[in-house]
Amino acid sequence: MSWMIFAFVFWICAWGTNIALVRSRLSDTTAVKYTVPILFGLTIVVLWEAVVHSFAISPAILPAPSAVADRFINSTGMLWEDFVQTVLKGALRGYIIGVLAAFVVAILIDRSPFLTRGLLPIGNFVAALPIVGVAPILVSWFGFDWHSKAAVVVVMVFFPVLVNTVQGLRETDAMLRDLMKTYAAGYFKTLLKLRIPAAMPFIFNGLKVAATLALIGAIVAEYFGSPTRGMGFRISTGVGSLSIDLVWAEIVVAALAGTAFYGIVAFIEKKVTFWHPSQRG
Amino acid sequence: MTRTLFPVLTVLFGILVIWFLAVAPMNIRVTLDQAARAGGDVVPTEAVERRNASTLSLLLNNKSYIAGGYDLDRPRLPTPTQVGQELWKTTGAMILKGRTWSKRSLIYHGWITLQSTFWGFLLGTSVGILGAVLVVKSRVLEMSLVPWAIISQAVPIVALAPMIIVLSSQAGIDGRGFPKALISSYLCFFPVMVGMIKGLRAPNAEQLDLLKTYSASGQQQFLKLRVPASLPYLFTSLKIGVAAALVGAIVGELPTGAISGLGARILIGDQFGTPLAIWSALFAAAILAGVLVTLLDRTQHVLLRKMGMRT
Repeated sequence: MSWMIFAFVFWICAWGTNIALVRSRLSDTTAVKYTVPILFGLTIVVLWEAVVHSFAISPAILPAPSAVADRFINSTGMLWEDFVQTVLKGALRGYIIGVLAAFVVAILIDRSPFLTRGLLPIGNFVAALPIVGVAPILVSWFGFDWHSKAAVVVVMVFFPVLVNTVQGLRETDAMLRDLMKTYAAGYFKTLLKLRIPAAMPFIFNGLKVAATLALIGAIVAEYFGSPTRGMGFRISTGVGSLSIDLVWAEIVVAALAGTAFYGIVAFIEKKVTFWHPSQRG
Repeated sequence: MTRTLFPVLTVLFGILVIWFLAVAPMNIRVTLDQAARAGGDVVPTEAVERRNASTLSLLLNNKSYIAGGYDLDRPRLPTPTQVGQELWKTTGAMILKGRTWSKRSLIYHGWITLQSTFWGFLLGTSVGILGAVLVVKSRVLEMSLVPWAIISQAVPIVALAPMIIVLSSQAGIDGRGFPKALISSYLCFFPVMVGMIKGLRAPNAEQLDLLKTYSASGQQQFLKLRVPASLPYLFTSLKIGVAAALVGAIVGELPTGAISGLGARILIGDQFGTPLAIWSALFAAAILAGVLVTLLDRTQHVLLRKMGMRT
């Protein structure tokens, strides 16, 4: 009971602090922009801990955050091994290959308006499909190790990046292209100095969508067969053996990896497309 | 319409041709193994040598066996016609035989997945719209909710899927419908919320000022200006949302050992080594996604035209 009361008091205090912070003159500073969501998240963790303790929920169903943190600290070695296998080997390599392939194809297609018109609707459609379903096929083609995971990621990230890049390359208006012509710039000069930079906001849109898809692809593919390491492998065996705290620890790793991945792409976007209105805020 | 139809058909035709050509190199090893076992004249004769030989040399040395690769029971890559036949066998032919709801019919499995998709879509859309309204109304909630909504999408949902199933079965909820709908709504709510926030904020200062001169209350301003203005945004994100909900329903079936649904067909096809079942389930899912998005697109067209907006 005391846990529940503490959680309630914490909730009220955090809520009050957040309201006060947002209403204060400081509400536009970066510190407040981080404090408010962090307090919100902390409240949920405290409530979770309180619910687990006061209702005596079995750790096989829902472990307390403290138990998950404990497990996290005690098995960093294994978590790191899984992280390397799934994120660095599977997701990241697949992401790089898929993005580069999409980029090259987009630039090739862009030379023909006919192909562009034909491929955009198809690409848009395919980008909306449940492509994760190809995971079992690709696992049977490329084997259990990271190659098949990277292949799934390649297929998943290819279309969102392709569609966005093609759309971005069409962004420049006739005036700007005429200007390049008056500078006597050829196709490649125009592409390099005008059209690719102008396409960057679109490309980064695709890259950000692809960043979240990449992790999903790499983890799902591990459900269909993997060596005895990897986040997807650990999660499916963890659920089977009721070591739920380990599963949650893996989810924390997945969340951190996913957020970091997204954050890095967003950071590069900020540096590259500093000129775009959406970045000047 | 005709301006894009011809290029789209051409590209589709090109994809089919590439697919058809790729079948030969993909299937040649399986074909040769089968032919060698049946006592056929295969070059090289030893299985070990064949494994080390390049695909191209196998193709060139065994020209007479290439055709066999287009008619395998368990191909590595089936031909488009094989997939089409399998699709017809499990849908149209089932209807003709009056066994539409048989366990082998993809219509039955598609219906199971469609149900989860529908509930997930409903739940996800409600949460998304509610979240957007709260965020637009309250700055505290905006600052605390929006970052977490973004982080929630960076968490791979499939990592959570087995957990959600354990939790809901322990909580005494039977069947896989509920966890599947929950996973599906998790993927669906985010695009709807983002689109709705944008939509509710779409009215510009002039329009807001005009309503002020009418002495409209905050609620009237919300209902008569912000909500109608948000509809085009809402529909655009609903189309993304319904596709995401379908992905969620299928992903929800994959790691959970479900026995019915399109995702379960993929899973079972993988376990029993019947690639044709996987491919036909994949295409059925694609068709389902296409139908759902088209339905929403038509609704958007009709509704917005009735409201006097240009679409």
